[in-house]
Amino acid sequence: MSAGTAIRARAAEPIRLLDEDGRIVETDENAEHHALAAQLSTDDRLAMHREMVATRAFDIEAGNLQRQGKLGLWVPSLGQEGGQVGAAWATRPQDTIFPSYREHLIALHRGVEMLQILDIFRGARHGGWDPLETQGMRIYSLVIGTHALHATGYAMGVRLDGRCGTGDAEADEAVVAFYGDGAASQGDASEGLVFAASYEAPVVFFVQNNKWAISVPSSRQSRFPLHERARGFGLDAAWVDGNDPLASFAVTRRMLDAARQGRPGYVEADTYRMGAHTTSDDPTRYRDDAEVEAWRRRDPIERMAAHLRELGVDDAALAAIGEEATEAAADVRRRMLAAGGPASDDIFDHVYSEPHPLMVEQKRALGEFEASFGDER
Amino acid sequence: MTETQTQAAAAERPATTTMPLAKALNSALREAMRADEKVLLMGEDIGPLGGVFRITDGLQAEFGADRVLDTPLAESGIIGTAIGLAMRGYRPVVEIQFDGFVYPGFDQIVSQLAKLTARHRGAVSMPVVIRIPYGGHIGAVEHHQESPEAYFAHTAGLRVVSPSTANDAHWMLRQAIESDDPVIFLEPKSKYWSKGEVLAEPAVDLHRTVVAKPGTDVTLVGHGAMVHVLLQAAQIAEREGTSVEVLDLRSLSPIDWAPIVESAQRTGRVVVAQEAPGHVSVGSEIAATVAERAFYSLEAPVLRVSGFDAPFPPAQLEDVYLPDADRVLDAVDRALAY
Repeated sequence: MSAGTAIRARAAEPIRLLDEDGRIVETDENAEHHALAAQLSTDDRLAMHREMVATRAFDIEAGNLQRQGKLGLWVPSLGQEGGQVGAAWATRPQDTIFPSYREHLIALHRGVEMLQILDIFRGARHGGWDPLETQGMRIYSLVIGTHALHATGYAMGVRLDGRCGTGDAEADEAVVAFYGDGAASQGDASEGLVFAASYEAPVVFFVQNNKWAISVPSSRQSRFPLHERARGFGLDAAWVDGNDPLASFAVTRRMLDAARQGRPGYVEADTYRMGAHTTSDDPTRYRDDAEVEAWRRRDPIERMAAHLRELGVDDAALAAIGEEATEAAADVRRRMLAAGGPASDDIFDHVYSEPHPLMVEQKRALGEFEASFGDER
Repeated sequence: MTETQTQAAAAERPATTTMPLAKALNSALREAMRADEKVLLMGEDIGPLGGVFRITDGLQAEFGADRVLDTPLAESGIIGTAIGLAMRGYRPVVEIQFDGFVYPGFDQIVSQLAKLTARHRGAVSMPVVIRIPYGGHIGAVEHHQESPEAYFAHTAGLRVVSPSTANDAHWMLRQAIESDDPVIFLEPKSKYWSKGEVLAEPAVDLHRTVVAKPGTDVTLVGHGAMVHVLLQAAQIAEREGTSVEVLDLRSLSPIDWAPIVESAQRTGRVVVAQEAPGHVSVGSEIAATVAERAFYSLEAPVLRVSGFDAPFPPAQLEDVYLPDADRVLDAVDRALAY
């Protein structure tokens, strides 16, 4: 069987509120979601657009920095901003977010600094931030799928704390984990579904099916829709147009609010990784230009801009958002190039929470070794 | 000390209770759960059954299913969700049913649990204890008699300990649960039913190595169930006129080097014994470090006695595979012959 054959049993269309040209799509099925999206004012939608544009400018700048040798690696999220901005806006302030490593927009939305993200990719830190200082945004997770279990365990703790299930969506907590179609094949992702369903944990898995796990197509990960697979585990599941910010917002808001009441959920966002997996990847070796071009027409930022024009936002306002984003990206570039590196002591200082003799001994020995060179180094 | 003071000290000496090692673990869990409501137990069959070794006997009845979680049968899932619970402020104590079943959770232990504190630059602690019944001498089928300590001792970010007595089982488990770092707690399952005194207060820190029996001619070093084999070997050697010192390591990461090096300097001869295979093992580390730190005191190379570098054999061969007093005494003779 080749990886390219058609996936069976796929529902006709994902939930969509905006078509590719930014026009409202009205169907009998999506009325509930239009009602949820109506919570977003024009100003909110403009702010969502601003976050997407800012993330993309930052993303492109980071790619440039890598090409100029200033970052060891960069992980672009190009093309996935629409699903991410919808999900970000769907969370409530009390919620906790477990990202993979491509959720730059979500991180910035919750107050992580661009420089903190770059610290990971310039080799200064493995994590970069204290989740207590980033509105529940946990640090990036690089081993594919592992954090699905951390999110589930955290949500089990929310439930044990009695901080969900009261019926008050403004107070009840929920947890959302982000991963992709490749991660869905990992055992930990499935075990997360098992534990979430078993303990009725207030967690939503937001799965960005961006069609490629590095070079392997999503059809190799599953012959069956991922959201249908989640239903088999006993979770509520939905399939959403991941390049439609409004639909992503509405579906994720609905699923998160159900999770707060003890019904864990799963959102499969239909999207596309427009860039390489990372700057070390070469997608021309495994996918067609035609496929990429087809998805370029579904760009979430263009779609949202068209929608905003329909709502009466003028071109000057949209252009100003673009300029602001370019400036912010240039600013973070300047700040990153001026930032220093980590101290040698960083190797030892936080391995354990309590004192540990090996850390003390080896830190002292390294210090003495470094000092033995005097000014020669 | 005056006679009056001595009498007063005797009167204040903590009351001791004699119980099997398994019961000492059970009482440690019960006391830890009473002392701190954030302590949770997680594992397979630990609820009404009380675990396959009954270590959690009666605990779900006392503390409820929200604090003694009978989990789905998935080790990575158990450890991964324990990590999430720790992030939420809980102190999970995980039971792995048998040593050879820990590997499905290996990534969550070595890449997540061990490294998350460093990844957060200290902003997040990981107070998770993973209890693993380990070792042979119970005649069980494959995957039920292994000694996986080297994998964990090799991993920065973990603490690894193994008690050999009921008292240590009780107090080391209490100390492990109180630690803000992840602790791999290796329980010598062949000694679960051995009785011993449990003191009313802890007498020694979690990571200290202790002298189980003093001696002057040869130092034997081991941990867990092996300590009892070493004590038996020491008794036989004494009858033959050799004074043997036995050290109970207790902690495998970090290792408490001072008592080991000090003993090596006194006796000049060291034999390290373990059930685990010898290649790249805790015993290897001890041999190397004693050679580095006590080189001029040594009268013989540090000798290692261990399980063979082969998979743990079917139960009918376990007594051949596992070091016994004779194999230890053979090494003692070789050390004395230098």
